[in-house]
Order: sequence, then C-alpha cells, then structure tokens
Amino acid sequence: MSARDVVITGIGLVSSLGEGADAHWQALSKPGLPPVIDAERYSPYTIHPLPEIDWSRQIAKRGDQRQMETWQRLGTYTAGLALDDAGMKENEALCSTMDMIVAAGGGERDEAVDQGILDAARTRNDRDVLLNEKLTTELRPTLFLAQLSNLLAGNISIVHKVTGSSRTFMGEEGAGVSAVETAAARIRSGQSSHVLVGGAFQTEHSDMLLAYELGGFLHRKRWKSVWQRAANDGGGVITGSGAAFLVLESREHAEKRGRKSYAAIGRVASGRARRGEGNLVEAISGLIRTVAPSNDPMMAISGASGAHAATGAERNALQASSSFAARGFSTLTGHMKEAQFPFAIALAALAISNGAAYPPFDPENEREFAGNVDSALATAIGYHRFEGAALVVAS
Amino acid sequence: MKTTDHLGRPIVVATGVGVVTSLGQGVADNWAALTSGKSGIHPITRFPIDHLNTTIAGTVDFLASSDKGASALTYELAELAATEAIGMAGFGGNHFAGPLFLASPPVELDWHDRLALYDGADETQPGYLRLLTVARERLTAATFDACQFGTIADQIADRFGTRGLPITLSTACASGATAIQLGVEAIRRGECDRALSIGADGSATAEALIRFSLLSALSTQNEKPEKASKPFSKDRDGFVLAEGSGALVLESLESALARGARILGVMRGCGEKADDFHRTRSKPDGSPAIAAVKAALDDAGMDEGEIEYVNAHGTSTPENDKMEHLSLSTVIGERMRDIPISSNKSMIGHTLSAAGAIEAVFSLLTMREGVIPPTINYDNPDPAIELDVVPNVKREARVSTTLSNSFGFGGQNTCLVMAREPV
Repeated sequence: MSARDVVITGIGLVSSLGEGADAHWQALSKPGLPPVIDAERYSPYTIHPLPEIDWSRQIAKRGDQRQMETWQRLGTYTAGLALDDAGMKENEALCSTMDMIVAAGGGERDEAVDQGILDAARTRNDRDVLLNEKLTTELRPTLFLAQLSNLLAGNISIVHKVTGSSRTFMGEEGAGVSAVETAAARIRSGQSSHVLVGGAFQTEHSDMLLAYELGGFLHRKRWKSVWQRAANDGGGVITGSGAAFLVLESREHAEKRGRKSYAAIGRVASGRARRGEGNLVEAISGLIRTVAPSNDPMMAISGASGAHAATGAERNALQASSSFAARGFSTLTGHMKEAQFPFAIALAALAISNGAAYPPFDPENEREFAGNVDSALATAIGYHRFEGAALVVAS
Repeated sequence: MKTTDHLGRPIVVATGVGVVTSLGQGVADNWAALTSGKSGIHPITRFPIDHLNTTIAGTVDFLASSDKGASALTYELAELAATEAIGMAGFGGNHFAGPLFLASPPVELDWHDRLALYDGADETQPGYLRLLTVARERLTAATFDACQFGTIADQIADRFGTRGLPITLSTACASGATAIQLGVEAIRRGECDRALSIGADGSATAEALIRFSLLSALSTQNEKPEKASKPFSKDRDGFVLAEGSGALVLESLESALARGARILGVMRGCGEKADDFHRTRSKPDGSPAIAAVKAALDDAGMDEGEIEYVNAHGTSTPENDKMEHLSLSTVIGERMRDIPISSNKSMIGHTLSAAGAIEAVFSLLTMREGVIPPTINYDNPDPAIELDVVPNVKREARVSTTLSNSFGFGGQNTCLVMAREPV
C-alpha cells in the first residue's frame, strides 16, 4: 500500500440497464438478466437504447441542457453521477482542483439538414455550391459546439465546475484506455491528487452506426451474446448508448477526506498490436501478463465488442490462461466505444467492493466463478485497433 | 550540468522541430517568411466561395493531399513536420521508440465521401438505412479509416516506429500545447527518455469554415487577405482559418546530453486551467487564463518577472485579444507594457489544433535566433490594449525565456514556458 495508490471513490454509469453504480450492480448480479434492446428502430441493426433519463437531476439549468446534443448531455450527466457518488458534487474546493480526462468521439450531426443536402444533390451538378448554400442557411449556429469533441469536457466544466484541467482524448476504445492509464500515472507520480475520467457514447444516430458499418463491423441478425455472433450474421458488433465516469484519487487524498473507496487500480497496460501481422492473441496475452502476472483465478470483465477478429483473439488469449472467468458485459450493454474501458473498470470495482462475482452473462460461453473477488481483470480490445487492460484490486 | 529541475524532475528539452504552414514547408522557409513579415493568408480556391461571408484562409494548398480531404491532409501535415523534427533530432529511420502525442481535429465523414456513398443508395429504403446499406455492400475501407479518430496517430506510429498506444487529443485551439504538455509530463514521470508531440490540422473544409462563420468567429475582411489577421488592432474582427503542423522531439536533458544532441531549447513549464463560464467566451475577470499563466510559471519555477517575451495566442478576435491583454497585465503588472509580445497568427492565421505546437516551434526559434517575428497589420492600434506587439517588422533581441499562450473553445487554457538554455 502506498499513499499514491490509485483508488476509485466515485462511479457514474448509464446504460440500457439503468443509471447509477448500484443499479448496475443489482441488475448484473442477477442471473439470467435479459438484455434491453431495440431491434426495430435501426433494423436490421439491434441497439441497446438509453434508459429514460431526467436530465435535470444532474444538469440543473435547462439552458445548459439545450446547449448540448444527447451525447454531451449523457456524458455530462454521468460525470455528475460519479461526482455525486464520490461526495464531490458542488464541493468547489475539490472540483476546482480536479483534473479531467475525457475519452470522446464526436457528437450528433443534424440528420435532417444532412438528408436535405443528400437529396438535393441528386439533381445538382454543382454540389460544392449546394453545400455552401445549404450549410450557411440551415445549420443551427450552436450545433457545432453541441457536437464538438472537447465540448463534453467543456460542458462538465460549466455544469459541474471541474476546472483543475481539461483534456480530451480521441480514438475509439483506445481513447478510454489512454484516459485511464494517463490519469492513473498522474496520480501515482503526484501530478494529480484527484481526477475525473470517463467517456460516453450515444449510438442512437445513423452516423454513429455508419462509422462502424463503413468497416463492416455491425451484427445484423437477431440479438446474440457477444461471444456467439457468427460471421455470416454481419460484423459482430451490437452497439449501445451508455457512459462511464470514474473519480480516481490518491489513497492519501481519499483518506484525508475520510472517503471509502470501491477498489484500487493496479497496473494498466496499453498497446497497438500490428494486427495485420496476425499477432493479436499474443499481444493481448502480453498485456494480460503485464497487469496480472500471477495465476490467481479471477474474473475478466471484458469489453469485447463482438467484432470477429478482435473478440476471437481476446477469447483465445483469456482461455490460454486457465485463470480467467470472462464476463463480456457488452452482451447486455452493447458496445459503448470510448466508454468501454472505464465501464469495464467500473464493473470490476463494483464486484470487488461487493465481494461477489457476476453470474455468467452468457451461461453457454462463460463459466461460473466461485473464487475470491479481491481482484479482477478489465479489458478493452478495440474492434479495429488499440488494446488495453488493467488489474483492479481490493483497496 | 544539472539534469533535474527545481522539483527534482528530469529537465525536458527540444532536440528537433518541424513545421508546415501556409508560408511553406520546413523550418527554414517558414522562419524566413515569418521574420520578413510575410502573410500566408490568401483567397480560398479549394472550394467554391458562393454564399460565404468569409472567402479567405491560410490553407496549405501545395501538398499532394491538399485536395484529398481533411483526414489525408492532416496526416500529410503531421508526417512532414515529424519527419523534419525527427531528422533534426538525429533519430532518423522508423525506430523513434518514444510515445506519440498527436493533436488533430475531430474529422467527420467527408462530404464528398458522403455524397459518393449516397449516389449508390436505394431510395426506396428508409432514410437512415440508405448510407448504411451502401456501406455494408460496398468496399468502403478507406472511407472507414478516414472517419475513425485513431487512424492518423496509428499511421504516424507505423511510419516512425513510436512506442505503445499513441494518444490523439483535442483541447480545441489549445490542442498543440496540450500535446507538448503530455510529452513533457511523460518524460518527467520517467516513462520515457523522449516523446514525439505533434499538432496538425488540415481541416479547412467548407463546412468547418461555415461552422466558425456561424459563430461569428471569422474575419470577413476579404478584400485584402494578407491584411485580415490583425491581432491587437482596433479594427480586428475575427480570426482567419488556417492549416499547418508543428512537431517537436522532446527529450530528457540527460538523454540529449548523453548522445551529444543539439539542444534547441528547454520546455521549462506547462500550466492549464479550465474555464467554467461559457462555451466560447472567457470568464470576464480572466481568472482561468490568469491561473493558467501562473500555473505554467510555477511549474517552470519562475516568477513573472523572468518572462522576456510572450508568443501570444493573439487570434485577432475582439474577445481573445482583449482577454489575453487583461490576463497578462494582471499576472505581470505594469511591466507587461515593456515586454515584447507578438502573434504569429497575424501571418499564418489560426491553425486550430496545430497552433500551440507551431507557435512553440516558433518560440524556440525566436530564442535561438535572437529575432522576434513581428505582429503584422498593426496599423491601427487598439488603445485599450497597451502592449509592445513588435509591430510590423521583426526585432533583434536576446530572448532567454518565452511564454506561449493557447486558449480554446470549451474553456481550454494551456500555457507553456520555454527557455533558451538549461539553467
């Protein structure tokens, strides 16, 4: 134990399963939980939609809510849940010295304006002129900010007054991995005493699906667990709207303010495997060995996306060591892109603090785990690139 | 020589720099143009200007990917600046073996790609499904790559053999400075001996221009493009959208000395502070920018009296230049009137995600060469901003310390303190 151990003192979660850390624990610790899915709205694609959210519970001003599209609102809301959970909400001294790293994609474009341009372009040869004509007259001036990547962090500063620093990382799951890894490294080195870290993903927009499907990544048959999606059913990814934010503190900082923690973050490792060279299984095994070198049996809270190559490689790597009982949470939440890694860490921390394992999310492909839950592996292997893993341990 | 700083951390130096702007490619061409007060701002030719209020920009039009979309151009800009920086540092080849921090714009699906996809759409399908179906049925791998936010860093990592998972970041117009800060911090934590920090932005598309225009952020002084960016002038009316890239090889002083590398300057301190006031405007009392400057000075172990030159954010918007003056004069006091401060943006425009990195490169050159680039177009001073802006012509001066400011939408404030020599 060290004064600069990285402990988790606040968790904010939103997914199709509900909102809040404990609500997720309650839901996921029940065997046989059915997924919440919508297979109609973007048919043939299935998504896990957002639950009903009363935004004003974390974003008091209607004006602030209006300045954001749903993705930013979701992240800002979930960051508020994490701050609340850590007992930091509206604590000016703590928020104004708090560092922040947000893993962000982009927000929602105006689908109606875009569709109008696409349709008008059918009958126009001067398409670049058409773009100018339509965009100058039809774009809502503030939409740019309501969808801009670093404005999720910007809104968290405005709404929750987190102002120690504000950094936004981009790059799909890898952004979430780097955000957690950097936050933990800052705390361990004394560069930060407390950090808000997390990400959000809002899949209910055709562009958000398109970004996967341009690479052929989406599953397009009926819902199946993340381990069961076959190659002739599409690309294997079922997406979900959701967000995960963590309040990380040095042990010393948390203890000084008398705060109990869920768990601590042990080693974090990240990588950029040369997947084209076919070494992903080895690369994932290497990451896992780096963060969890012992052979102690433990749960692996897997952020596997369902994408065939990456998920297959992760499964092989986890099976190669007999230590791990995998729990692929995307089976029940859908893939939440930038939020995958923070979400995996949050679920690992919840199991550790509750001292109990999750039941298999897919009993055919995940085995029961009866061992000690004083540590758990968390992974996020990118559907297309970048990998990360961390060991979460009892604090 | 002492290789740790006032807090016992490794001292971080720059051993290689690279730059591309509308003024040209490479440090030599850029420095020659910048010190002769030349502007890179010109009428837009990349796309039609019909219906636009702003028809000028500092686009980089001379590269192979200049007309290939934001993602391709941003990659080429990053690659060129990094090649120069790594070559100058003497690493060469593709085994850089330090981490990569890339500041680049969030690039969405290019309109030309979107329209091309739609040409193959089945109009009997519901609207949302048309592009998705084309995406599924056609080979669209290149388009996919262009709209994944991790792609450019992945390709740069391949090209130069950087270590580990590269970080792509955005702190809006402070991004380039943040990339440098992340590199400095990684070296200080002892995670690496060297890091590659790049800011690159080739995203001056019609839609980007229109978006900034709708926020009334851009100058509309189109008649004389080279005169439109006029930081600290009374008649300034907005920034000029521009492109470019800056790259720095950052290295621990110990490592640089051990391999006999040429030291271009010292990254003494980094400071940041987020603003919680408004999405685009700063807190009226300037306290976040003030706190960022102070944090950078503290981090550098310097007091405000030791700053000899300020490389301004100086965007030429009414708001920025006023607030930058307010915050600097609050931190530095009366003496601020006598400290030279100049804005590179008067010549190269606002290169957005790249600005902080490009301006850090120019700050290092300013100290090394003993020449301060001017703030051009300073014909009509703003009487409310009493500053020595190094008006219109370069000035020879011995500068041993520089403060470089970067401020951005979303309450981003990042400041860097650099020095000519290790102490």
